[in-house]
Amino acid sequence: MDITRRRLLMLLPAAAVAWKYVQAGTFEASPNYKLTDHWWAMLIDIPKCIGCGSCVRACAEENNVPEGYYRTWIERYHVSDWNFERPEVESPNGGKQGFPLNQDASGKNFFVPKLCNHCADSPCTQVCPVGATFVTPDGVVLVDKSYCLGCRYCVQACPYGCRFINPKTNTAEKCTLCYHRITKGLTTACCEVCPTGARQLADLKNPKDPIHEFLRTHTVQVLKPHMATGSKVFYDGMDGSVR
Amino acid sequence: MASGVRRGGLNLLKDIEHLIRLAAVMAIALVAFVILRAAVVPRSFGQYGHYRGAAIAEIASRPVAFAGHNVCEGCHTDVVDQKKEGRHVVVPCEACHGAQAKHADDPVSVTPAKLDTAVVCARCHEANSAKPKTFPQVATADHSGGLACDTCHQPHRPKIEPTADTKPATERNK
Repeated sequence: MDITRRRLLMLLPAAAVAWKYVQAGTFEASPNYKLTDHWWAMLIDIPKCIGCGSCVRACAEENNVPEGYYRTWIERYHVSDWNFERPEVESPNGGKQGFPLNQDASGKNFFVPKLCNHCADSPCTQVCPVGATFVTPDGVVLVDKSYCLGCRYCVQACPYGCRFINPKTNTAEKCTLCYHRITKGLTTACCEVCPTGARQLADLKNPKDPIHEFLRTHTVQVLKPHMATGSKVFYDGMDGSVR
Repeated sequence: MASGVRRGGLNLLKDIEHLIRLAAVMAIALVAFVILRAAVVPRSFGQYGHYRGAAIAEIASRPVAFAGHNVCEGCHTDVVDQKKEGRHVVVPCEACHGAQAKHADDPVSVTPAKLDTAVVCARCHEANSAKPKTFPQVATADHSGGLACDTCHQPHRPKIEPTADTKPATERNK
């Protein structure tokens, strides 16, 4: 086919439209990132957590989380010897400003940081009627806020209470595992600021990641294993009373 | 046809005319549906699954607020050396100093605020029975009486080494 001026002029708009779609599917900011090379997880070492709230503050700043809502939060457990089944759990302001001194120092006291478990078989993505939330090929549960209707199905479906409706956008919001950071080779904001290393980002598909050695040599548990959600946030040293 | 002369072909066409109309309406509706769907459904929908594939790149392209300690350590090598001498070597810079990606992008015009050690240190070191027993904790009111922690401690290397000034008077001349 000869390219005449007329044909070229006809082709150009079509090519421009096509290029827009080509660009939309590429990672401009992280050209070397391959979705299929990663399977993200997190490791939380409960005996190392000091409940300082650095992770909660960092998450709010990194992700513009509205005041009073939390993508990650810290719970303080108080477990008495005689009532193991009913621990006292508190999380004042998500643990953002730390914790006041507890009145009852008897029994067992410890902190449990929580966040989205980035489940491989996540209940929240299964209930979305419009395909606004999904598990990415690298194992992160994300929300497409331009597609979300704000129907709240996912908020109810999450067994861990990790989702909320952003009062400004009226769309579902949750931990993205700092997707904009981990795709650029950085760790998440919460892991970055944790002063004791209680939180560690882990890539289960990377054979050199220290997570493999850790999982082999420690007794590790996930939250609510009976829900069979395929949770990828692993807790080391977790007490049986943790819900 | 109004004349009443009936021929086979025309007769058949007339008998199924209502079906042809129906088929035409359905064909138009189908074409309209296909065109509308192509216009409304984003091109990348279904690229990886039942969602908009381009959303992944959109979420990934957000700017970062925390630069990461590797970036800090590129310039502040003196602090790195200082931290190596003490237990705060494991504490990342932005745990205390806050998000500094803007400072890293433009170190001259964006400078971090000076920290109030009485507040920042207490976030981690204020005594609490839920903290691990091995973690150094103090009741700040009793420990310093409201004095800023950096009056005595150097935050990057917090252990107080006994010098001529800080040694107890009985040990000064040993």
